[in-house]
Amino acid sequence: MSVQAHLRLSAFALLLACGAFAHSQSAGSLDANGQLENPALQARFERITKELRCLVCQNESIADSNVELASDLRRQVREMLIAGRSDDAIFKFMTDRYGEFVRFGPPLSAKTLLIWGAPFIALLLGVFIIYRVARNRSRQPLDE
Amino acid sequence: MWKFLLPFAAFVALVVLFAFGLNPSRDIHALPSPLIGKPAPEFALTDVLDPSRVVSNATLKGQVYVLNVWGTWCVACRQEHEALLAIAQQHVVPIIGLDYMDEREKAKQWLTQLGNPYNAVAFDTDGRTAIDWGVYGAPETYLVDGKGRVIFKFITPMTAEVWQHEFLPRIAAARREGA
Repeated sequence: MSVQAHLRLSAFALLLACGAFAHSQSAGSLDANGQLENPALQARFERITKELRCLVCQNESIADSNVELASDLRRQVREMLIAGRSDDAIFKFMTDRYGEFVRFGPPLSAKTLLIWGAPFIALLLGVFIIYRVARNRSRQPLDE
Repeated sequence: MWKFLLPFAAFVALVVLFAFGLNPSRDIHALPSPLIGKPAPEFALTDVLDPSRVVSNATLKGQVYVLNVWGTWCVACRQEHEALLAIAQQHVVPIIGLDYMDEREKAKQWLTQLGNPYNAVAFDTDGRTAIDWGVYGAPETYLVDGKGRVIFKFITPMTAEVWQHEFLPRIAAARREGA
């Protein structure tokens, strides 16, 4: 069985399981809609969960995903926010376990330098090529 | 000279890029585990077969062991079960199960009907241990060395070949290195 099938099956089973567990999240200081009562914390919660990748579906954030792993991770983020942990501490908790891939915007580091630098490299390359072409053209005799 | 070399170099670069990028045996869903080389996250959970007993990896310190994440909802886990039973017969290392997102009764039934390859099965009701280990699907199989470090992670069903080629050599190396 391919990995895709493994993941798809897992995701399917997770979806099935999700319904059963949807209401089992810890109460903490949540209001009736399942939002954090403190609006500042809720805003941070929304921003952080949008920035974290759901590893089952990979192109969805854990804010958007319905699979159970995503709901477990949302619970984790919520609990850490209530416990007063910083955004950095929460992101570190996630990347320590799931790797940099869990973040949609990887932080600038030696490993991600190429990703962040690629647009600038492309721009410089383009400027260089235009410069060379323009210079060569201007050097050609006019009567050619 | 440059006019010919540059496109040729670009062509070679593209061939290399595609050879890596489009290689069908490369698994784009397999993520490198940041846990490799790090201490195995500790857990103390109830035994799936006996809720009054605790299964903890703290008692395994100094030993090379395997942690296998599974669940009765996971079709691929059913698929690897025969292989796990055969591996357990070899008694090479303890195999600890982590029953993930499951129901105790179903898990018990699975182990009685299909056979139990595990030395002990920890019951992870709320998925917290799975988060600590960076689990994102099942089955997943981890190898922990005698110093309590995760040295290998394998996703997708275990097979005799994978055990032979990926696990046994690493187990032997871990033992040579000493606990």
